[in-house]
Amino acid sequence: MLRHIRLALGVLLLTSVAFLISGSLSPANAAETTITGTLLTPAGVAVAGVVISATDADGVIVSGTTDDKGVFLIPLPAGGTYTVDIDVSTLPEGITLNNEEDASRSLLVLGGEKKILIGLSEGGESGIVAANSGTGERVVQLFADGILYGLVIALGAVGLNLVFGTTGLTNFSHGELLSLGAFTALAFNTAGVNIIIAAPIAIIFAAFVYGWGQNRILWRPLRRRKTGLIAAMIVSIGLAIFLRYTLVLFFGGAPESYKQFAGQAGIALGPFNTTPKALILGALAVIALAATATWLQRSRIGKATRAVSDNPALASATGIDVERVISVVWIIGAGLAAFAGIYLGLTQNTVWNMGQRILLVLFAAIILGGLGTIYGAIVGAMIVGIFVQMTTLFIPTEMKTVGALFLMILILMVRPQGLLGRKERVG
Amino acid sequence: MDFGQIFTLTITQAVGVTALIYLFAAIGLNVQFGYTGLLNFGQVAFVAAGAYAVGVIVLTFDLSLWLAIIVGMVVSTLLALILGIPTLRLRADYLAIVTIAASELLRLLVRSIAFKDVLGGAQGLNGKLGQDFHDLNPLPADFTLPILSWSRQDLWVVIVGWGLALLFTLLVWGLVRSPWGRVVKGIREDEDAVVSLGKNVFVYKLQALVIGGGIAAFGGILWAVAKQSVQPDTFQPDFTFFVFTILLLGGAARVFGPIVGTIIFWFLLAGFGEVLSSLINNGYIDFLTPTDVGSIRFMLMGLGLMLLMIFRPQGIFGDRRELALDAR
Repeated sequence: MLRHIRLALGVLLLTSVAFLISGSLSPANAAETTITGTLLTPAGVAVAGVVISATDADGVIVSGTTDDKGVFLIPLPAGGTYTVDIDVSTLPEGITLNNEEDASRSLLVLGGEKKILIGLSEGGESGIVAANSGTGERVVQLFADGILYGLVIALGAVGLNLVFGTTGLTNFSHGELLSLGAFTALAFNTAGVNIIIAAPIAIIFAAFVYGWGQNRILWRPLRRRKTGLIAAMIVSIGLAIFLRYTLVLFFGGAPESYKQFAGQAGIALGPFNTTPKALILGALAVIALAATATWLQRSRIGKATRAVSDNPALASATGIDVERVISVVWIIGAGLAAFAGIYLGLTQNTVWNMGQRILLVLFAAIILGGLGTIYGAIVGAMIVGIFVQMTTLFIPTEMKTVGALFLMILILMVRPQGLLGRKERVG
Repeated sequence: MDFGQIFTLTITQAVGVTALIYLFAAIGLNVQFGYTGLLNFGQVAFVAAGAYAVGVIVLTFDLSLWLAIIVGMVVSTLLALILGIPTLRLRADYLAIVTIAASELLRLLVRSIAFKDVLGGAQGLNGKLGQDFHDLNPLPADFTLPILSWSRQDLWVVIVGWGLALLFTLLVWGLVRSPWGRVVKGIREDEDAVVSLGKNVFVYKLQALVIGGGIAAFGGILWAVAKQSVQPDTFQPDFTFFVFTILLLGGAARVFGPIVGTIIFWFLLAGFGEVLSSLINNGYIDFLTPTDVGSIRFMLMGLGLMLLMIFRPQGIFGDRRELALDAR
């Protein structure tokens, strides 16, 4: 019984601990009815000074202007149907709407904070390119974008795949490890710590609290109870929902950026346009992934991890402490996931459902590479990242996830064990 | 605090229109997951199929709602076949990932700008979707209920909805007592044993997916008719997980599990929300704002799903032996 109580308490404590640090941080309240949103370029740079207006059925107009974070807020007198117009003439030069139809839309506002999404394009940046650049340049741009995106996916997918390999758990709350990492860094950052210092602190914190702690408090007791893998999978879904809305409660639902590097000027490397922060993060990601691979290949515990992935019973019989391996896997997985979250937070923004949005792409990557195979996650992630970006040559950018999901379903039909997986029954 | 009003609002939601939508999805999921053991994480796709069938037929093509219901059934059957044929041979965890991915893929496709003319893009389809149904409303024009706070229109939806839900429950009851039901339960317990008896397991699984999907699509049709609006972003994967919570709460593989689960789930969720809102509005709780109530409700739901799965996977009325969630 004691263990039951500890289990339940632990689940509650797990997340609250992190947020206690940011105790003074109050959620973004919006008790009154508002329409809000954030205008960012594809590179994540805030677009300020854009006028957005809402007209109600009686023709009364209220409007808002985006601030230096790109956020606009239109206070409304009451709920109802509004026509929301974006004054396109106030957009900075070179920046256009993804869809011209976005300039005017009808919106039903029931009350509280209604967020609207406005997709912007910028000449030469991700996806939509100015008319004068050739297809060749665009291919180079998308390929390079794809590599950077693939690195983020790989950081997230390695942990997911290691946990699956060693424990068999299909962890639907892995996306929330990314969000938690990003938001922990945000909490430190909001408290006044520069993101360069906040990020490593958050990653270490995430590795030990969200990774080691989560395994210790939740998953290890469940394994001891002999909870089935499907039951555990459903538990992870519950955990994901719980964590996601905990983030909404503490940080509000609007996207936020870190204080530093939010609007960094782009640079051009030949035909490839990017930002310095994306390049540095990409390089760090390569180092982190290479270090993980070396660790798996060379170190004692790394070899043990591969052994447990291969056959837990046999590994245990040869004297490997399986539980210790699993603890280490959670620490590394959560740390890498937090890095991926901060990466996304820096290059785009932090939003409560960022982990949920990328989770299926992570699954696509590891299924492509081979569920449970260690290097499969990295190979699959790079392929998915590049594939997803390249498909935007043919399909709208808003649908790029479709490509990843389609690729996953396709690979399951022709080679269900994945590219690097061994042939075994998965059906 | 007005407890009478809180109670009325709670009951209204516990058996109301939204609860009914989830109920249909849960009855369908009970056939797929409860009895056949298919881990279908894409149930929301079937609900969306039903809702969009109504939206497209009635609004885009300006045809009758009754035709839309038939189209909804055809579309959900096709969806089950497209989803099932490549995936039903996969192991449970793969099936879960593929079905959730397929439901997201579908949502991203229907909300895309490419099909805006037919499917309405990100704004969806909004208009007089259920007019044919509401025209049949036999209730007098000035009809109001003494206690519950439904409009005349909603009450008509609720009456027909519950009638249909009982009908489907009866259908499921009949199905699982038939030889067909024994085979699918066998598949859930031990697929290899059923194969060795010469049954085509794949076909049975596909049938379960089609039947469950069709029932869930009725939830979507009800949605479109009652709310007169179909919006792509309401069909998020979380919908499916709420349906799982409902089913596990009431007890999977129990004929009345979905009904019991739905009423209790919405009673708790709505009741908690109303009480908390009321406490905040009356100043008893000052560290939260009314907008926090929604998040806390979902947090509790997630926590509830975890605790339910850990401590009582068979739900309130379930039989633990009936639902041996695999030990693979």
